[in-house]
Amino acid sequence: MGNLYGDNGGVVQEHQQNSDFVNYCNKMQGNLVADMSNCGSGDLRARKNGFKANETEAKPVNGCLKNCSTNSTTCQQAKGKVCPNSSQALLTPAKKLKELAEEHTTKTSFEEVPLHTACLTYLGFYLLMILGYINQLLFVPKVAKEENRDGYVTLYDAFESFYSRYVYRRVRDCWNRPICSVPGDEVTLKDRVTKDYGWSFQFTGTETRCLNLGSYNYLGFADAKGPCAEKSEKTAREMGLAMTSSRVELGTTQLHLDLEQLTARYLGVEDAIVFGMGFATNALNLPSLISPGCLVLSDEKNHASIILGLRLSGATTKVFKHNNMRDLERVLRHNVVHGNPKAGGKPWKKILILVEGVFSMEGSIVRLPEIIALKKKYKAYLYLDEAHSIGAMGPNGGGAVDYFGVDPNDVDILMGTFTKSFGSAGGYIAGSKRLIDYLRTNSHAHCYASSMSPPIAQQIYTSMSMIMGLDGTDTGRQKINQLARNTRYFRRRLAQMGVITYGHEDSPVVPMLVYLFSKIGAVVRTLTTRHIAVVGVGFPATPIMEGRIRYCLSAAHTKEQLDYALDVIDEISDTLGLKYSRKPREPNPIEY
Amino acid sequence: MVAIPYLFNEIERIFENTPLYVIVLEAFLLLSVIWLLLFKRNGRGKRYTKIEEEEIISKYEPEPLIAETDPNHPLLQTRLVQSKVGKRVVVDGHECLNLATHNYLGLLEDDKILEDACNTLKKYGVGSCGPRGFYGTMDVHLDLEERLAKFTGMEESVVYSYGFSTIASAIPAYAKRGDVIFADEMVNFAIQKGLDASRSTIYYYKHNNMADLERLLIEQQERDAKNPKKAAKTRRFLLAEGIYMNTGEICPLPELVALRAKYKLRLFLDESISFGTLGKTGHGLTEHFNVDLIEVDLIMAGMENSLATIGGFCVGSHFIVEHQRLSGLGYCFSASLPPLLTQAAISALDRFETEPQMFTQLQEISRNVQRIFGKFSKLKLRANELSPIKHLYIAEERENADEERELLIRIANKCITKGVAVIEARYLNNLEKHAIRQSIRITVNRLLTDTDIKHAFDVIESVSNEVL
Ligand SMILES: Cc1ncc(COP(=O)(O)O)c(C=O)c1O
Repeated sequence: MGNLYGDNGGVVQEHQQNSDFVNYCNKMQGNLVADMSNCGSGDLRARKNGFKANETEAKPVNGCLKNCSTNSTTCQQAKGKVCPNSSQALLTPAKKLKELAEEHTTKTSFEEVPLHTACLTYLGFYLLMILGYINQLLFVPKVAKEENRDGYVTLYDAFESFYSRYVYRRVRDCWNRPICSVPGDEVTLKDRVTKDYGWSFQFTGTETRCLNLGSYNYLGFADAKGPCAEKSEKTAREMGLAMTSSRVELGTTQLHLDLEQLTARYLGVEDAIVFGMGFATNALNLPSLISPGCLVLSDEKNHASIILGLRLSGATTKVFKHNNMRDLERVLRHNVVHGNPKAGGKPWKKILILVEGVFSMEGSIVRLPEIIALKKKYKAYLYLDEAHSIGAMGPNGGGAVDYFGVDPNDVDILMGTFTKSFGSAGGYIAGSKRLIDYLRTNSHAHCYASSMSPPIAQQIYTSMSMIMGLDGTDTGRQKINQLARNTRYFRRRLAQMGVITYGHEDSPVVPMLVYLFSKIGAVVRTLTTRHIAVVGVGFPATPIMEGRIRYCLSAAHTKEQLDYALDVIDEISDTLGLKYSRKPREPNPIEY
Repeated sequence: MVAIPYLFNEIERIFENTPLYVIVLEAFLLLSVIWLLLFKRNGRGKRYTKIEEEEIISKYEPEPLIAETDPNHPLLQTRLVQSKVGKRVVVDGHECLNLATHNYLGLLEDDKILEDACNTLKKYGVGSCGPRGFYGTMDVHLDLEERLAKFTGMEESVVYSYGFSTIASAIPAYAKRGDVIFADEMVNFAIQKGLDASRSTIYYYKHNNMADLERLLIEQQERDAKNPKKAAKTRRFLLAEGIYMNTGEICPLPELVALRAKYKLRLFLDESISFGTLGKTGHGLTEHFNVDLIEVDLIMAGMENSLATIGGFCVGSHFIVEHQRLSGLGYCFSASLPPLLTQAAISALDRFETEPQMFTQLQEISRNVQRIFGKFSKLKLRANELSPIKHLYIAEERENADEERELLIRIANKCITKGVAVIEARYLNNLEKHAIRQSIRITVNRLLTDTDIKHAFDVIESVSNEVL
C-alpha cells in the first residue's frame, strides 16, 4: 500500500509525475491537465442529452492524457453523469475510485490564461493603481479624513484604504446594486447614477427589470407567492417574527425541532442542528470541534466563514491546493508521519479535512469519493460545507454527497446553508447523534446567538419538504431536473462560444473569465443595459489575474431566458474580446 | 540581443575591480545559501523509509472527533416554547408570564409591525438569496440603514444579518494583530469572540472599574515609551457594553470617554441591550449620560432585543462605518437579512419615533422590578435600576457552581409550572474568559403591570424559599 495517488507499484516518490493525477486541475502552478481536445469532441457529439446516467460512453481517458501534449488546457469531454451506486458496482473500489477521479477531471475545466492576456491584465491593473495614486495626490475627499481624532494612530492600513478609495471606486457601481423585487428568475434593479465618479450614488427613480443570473436562487424557491410564502406568513402570524432568546433559553419551538429532524432525514444521517445564519454556522461551530494541537487541512479556496472559524479555533491550519488530491495527500501523509513539529513530532490530536461541496468562486465540485478514501486511509475527519451544493446538486438535491452517491455517514460533519437553494436564511450541521448532542452542549451559536426566526424556519421546512416530495407533488424533482438541465446547457453553450469558464460541467455556479479588472466593470455594465444582472468578481476576492463574471443558474430560468442571455453574452464577448479559449469548439448546435 | 556582449564586458570589469578575498567570500555565502535552501529543509525532521511510513500511518490513532456528551447535560434539556414569546408565553405546556426573553418593549406582539413584515414577505419572498454585494441589497436594507443613522444621529450605519456576527465581525474589521484592546472583563460572549478574531493583545480591566482601567493604560504608556517605533503603529481600542448582559450593570460612559481622550483610544460600545431602553427617547447610553456622539467611535447593537427582530447594526461616522462594507466579514460574506425582518426593524423604529414614551415607561417598570425584586429572602438582585436585565443570585453562596446551577434550574422549572417563566442564564462555562456566577436572568417587559410584578415576586419568593 502506498499513496492512494501516485502509487507506482509500492515505492512512491513524492514528486513523481504520474500522468493521471499530477496534472490535477491546478492552475496556480501552471501544470494543468493535458489538452484533451483530440479525444474530447467525438464524445461530445455522441453524448446523449439529459442528465441521467450514461455510463456506456465512459471512455478511458488515460491514453489520451499521455498522448496529448501538455498544453495548458483541460479537457471538456462530456460524458453522462455516473450513478456510482448502480453503474460501477462491478468494479473494485480502487478502480472505481480512479475512474471516478478521471471522469471528474474530464468534466472540470481550468483553462489557463493566454500569455498576452496575462501581461495585459497585470499592466492594466498597475495602470489603474498608478492612476489611483495620482488621483490620491490630487484629491482627498472629506469622507477619507477622520475628524476629532488628531494625533491618533491611523485606523486603516494605507494600501487597503487606497485600494478601496481609488481603485475599487472606479467600478463600485457594479456591486451592492439595490433591488426592489423578489430575487427570482428576474429581478428589478433600482437605477442609480453617480455624479462624482463613484464616491456617492443618487437614485434616478427609474427601475430596470433584468434577467437574474446573480442570485443564489438555485432551485427557484425565492418566491413571494405560492406555498412557501403562504406558510411562512401563517407561521409569522402564529409565532411572531423572532424569539428574542437563544435556543437554549426560551428559543426552541416544535418548528425548530421538526426542521432539525427533517434536515437529518433529508441528508440521511441521524441528527441535525440548525442556526440562524450560515456564516455563523461555520464561524461559531468550528471552534467547538477543533482546538490547538489539532491539524486542519483546508482547501485554498474555502469561504471566509470557514477561515474565520479556523482562526477562532486556534488549531494549526495547512492549506492545500484547490481540489488537488495529490497535494492533499502529500500534506496529509507528511503530517501523519512526522506529527506536530511544535510538539516535538508527537502525533496530531486529530486531523480534519475541510472542503466545500461546490466552490462558489471557482464553480468546481469537490472530489468527494477521493477525499473519503484519503480520509479513511489516514484516519482523518472530514468537514464538508455544502452551502452551494445542498439542493443544487445530486439527483435528489442532497448535495455533493448525493451527487457522488457516497454514504453520508462517511462525512463526519455535514454543514450547509439555507440561504441558497431553500430561499431562506440560516445554516445546519448534520451527522451522528453523538456529534449533534456535542454541539448542542458546546456550540457558541446554539448557546448565545439568537434562535432562528419562525417564518424563516418555516420557509426552509416547506421548501425542503417539496424537494423531498413530501408534499405529494413532483415539483421539487422537476426543479432539480430543470436546474441540472439549465446548467449543462448554459455551460456547453458558453464553451461553444469560446469564452473560458471554470469548474465542473454539473456545477450551477459558472465563472466566466474576463481577466482584466476594467473588463469586469464593462461586462457588468453592458449586460445591465441589455437587461441581464450578473455578478463580477475581482481582486481581492480572486487573484489579480483572474477577474471573472459569475453566473448562477436557477431552476426558475426557462430555456428562452437562457437563450436570450447566451445570445447577448455571445455578442458582447465579441465586442469586448472575451473569447479567450483556444479549445476546439463544438460545431453542432447544443441541444437543450 | 545587443546588450549581451555589454553584459559580459560589465561582468568582466566587476571581477577585475574586486579583490579576490571578496569574491571568495561571496562565493562561499552563495554556496551556503544554496545549501540552506536545498538541504536544510530535508535535513531537519527524520527521514523514514516507505515501509516505516506505512507502519506509522497504520499505528496512528487520532483522538475521537468529539468527546462523549453526558446525556444529562443541562444544555440538552431545553424547554419547548409553544406560543409566540410575548408578555405571556406557553412553555412546556404551562401558560406563563414571560420574564425570560429579551423583548423589552413588547414589540414582538405589535400587530402593525407584523402586518408590515407580512406585506414585505408578499412583495419580496422570504430569503434575499445573496450577500449585500451581489444583488442582496434590497431597498428595505437601504431604508433601514438610513433610518438607523437618522435615529441615532450618526452619519452612517450598516446592517448585518445576525446579532452575534455583528459584534464579532465589527471588532476585527478594525483591530488587527499587533493592536491593543482594553475590554471590560464581563463583556458578553460575542465581544469575546470578536476579540479573539482580531488577534490583538487584549487587556481586561475589572468590571466597571475605572481605576483598574487607568492602571492598565498607564502600563501601556510605559510599554509605548520603551518602544516608540512600535507604539506609533499600535492602534488602541476600548471596548465596553452599554448594559452588561452578564451583570445588568451600566458602563460609566463619561469616565470611559475621559480616559479615551486622555490616552487616545478609540471607543467601541456594544449597545445591544441599552439601545431602545436607555435615554428619554431610547437612543441608548449616550443619551442617558448626555455624552456627545463624537466621543464614541462606533456603536454596535443587535436588533434581537428591543427591536424584536433578527440581525444587528453598527453606527458611526462615515469614515469609520463605510470600512465595514468591505471589511466586515459577516457583512460581506453572508446573505443579507431577510427583507421581512428588515421591514420589522424599520417599523419598530417607526414606533420608537412615534411613541417615545415607551422608553420612560420601560424604565419606570424596570425601577419597580428593581425595588420589588430586591426583597427576596433567599435571592440577591444585581443590576442597575434602569436596566431591563436583572440577575438573581443565590444569596447564600454555595461552594460549587454546579450545585448553584442545579438549584437555580429547579427554581426556574418550578416557577414555570406555577405560571412564571424565568430562566437560569446559560453559558458555556468552560469557554467564558472570566468565570460568571450562575444566576436567574430576569428580563423586564414594558407591558408588565404592577399586579404582574407582584405576582411574579410572590411565585419566585415562595419557590425559592421552598428550594433553597
Ligand atoms: C461555502 C459557504 N459557507 C457559508 C456561507 C455563508 O452562508 P450565509 O450566507 O447563509 O451566511 C457561504 C455563503 O456565501 C458559503 O459560500
